[in-house]
Amino acid sequence: MHDSQDQVRFEMLVLPHLDAAYNLARWLLRSGADAEDVAQEALLRSYRFFNSFQGGDVRAWLLQIVRNTCYTHLEKNRCAKDMTEFDEELHGPPSPTPEALAIAGDNRARLTQALESLSPRYREVIVLRELEGCSYKEIATIISIPVGTVMSTLSRARRQLQLALCNPAREGGQP
Amino acid sequence: MSCDRVGIALQSYFDQELDVIDASEFERHLERCSDCVGALEDLESLSSSINAAQLYERAPATFRKRILADIGAATPVAIRPARSVWSWLAVAAALILVAYTGWRVVSSDRSGDYESAFASDILDAHLRSLQPGHLTDVVSTDQHTVKPWFDGKLDFSPPVKDFGDQGFALQGGRIDIVHGRTVAALVYARQKHSFNVFIWPTDEKDAGPRSGSQRGYQWIEWRQEGMEFCAVSDAVPSTLAQLQRLLAE
Repeated sequence: MHDSQDQVRFEMLVLPHLDAAYNLARWLLRSGADAEDVAQEALLRSYRFFNSFQGGDVRAWLLQIVRNTCYTHLEKNRCAKDMTEFDEELHGPPSPTPEALAIAGDNRARLTQALESLSPRYREVIVLRELEGCSYKEIATIISIPVGTVMSTLSRARRQLQLALCNPAREGGQP
Repeated sequence: MSCDRVGIALQSYFDQELDVIDASEFERHLERCSDCVGALEDLESLSSSINAAQLYERAPATFRKRILADIGAATPVAIRPARSVWSWLAVAAALILVAYTGWRVVSSDRSGDYESAFASDILDAHLRSLQPGHLTDVVSTDQHTVKPWFDGKLDFSPPVKDFGDQGFALQGGRIDIVHGRTVAALVYARQKHSFNVFIWPTDEKDAGPRSGSQRGYQWIEWRQEGMEFCAVSDAVPSTLAQLQRLLAE
């Protein structure tokens, strides 16, 4: 299906973004082991579809495939909780006890906990913007939504993350 | 927060997504809006805690290997310097044995082995460097700028010469990885052709030059005064040989 020329081109253009692919999958799936499997599947798909890549932003193109593969995986595994839009009014994060947080209490654990408590839709925009450094336009391409929706989603996601950080256990009294 | 610009406008400013005019207009607004200043500080503090937490998860080495295996990538992870030394020894031993038994050994046996193991690695490095923005880390036609640039970046000091007068203008240099080791790469240009010259230290005796071609590119390789050189280009063999002679002088 591919000649060696294609392979060289794929290695040059796509392989530099392996970390980006893995990182997005890791945060969407909240598991390193699942991320390896699903990102591998995504990479294979991208290799199969590589002929259809018309040039342009290869990272956004790849991450779009990674994201779609992750969502398919989440749906297949019926992570109902994951697929539900986060509702600030009703749900708190899967709350760890304050003691557990104090034990694991470093900054990284705290942030990980808070980020993983967000819905995938919020988590992905945070990951793409804050970790991957994508522009609004790139995020719009990856998620296939308009730039305006990127802005509003990102804004809500950040507010949500701030809330999760301020009040990790979300014990009563929170609106 | 009462200011109605707290939200999308503020966030776009924070994310540097506003154009220059809108951004400077927003900065004027910031001077007199404490709501926005406060909200901006919140965004900054969130962003810096995310940064400080180093949440970015890099792909494990096993993952990289799986992908390379998947797409049938032949060389990049399989060939290590240690192995190539052994394969050289094996080739040398075979040559001696064959010579003793009186068989005629043609050099193409050796270069065939060499080509499969090594030239493709060199060529990959050459092709990578031709991607926009990858050719040079230090851009200079002055050998006295390029040579010191390598200091502290390598465990050896590569010879750097400009041959602008002879038609091969030095373009600059960079650090590259070939065969799993860090090497110096010098970049020359002649007409529209780019030439990469990879240099790294070797313990082996002076030898060469030997040449070959792969995927439409030419390579030429030799060892001289404790350094191994390999020049690669899409130029015709005679042009590459000319550059080799200049470098070897």
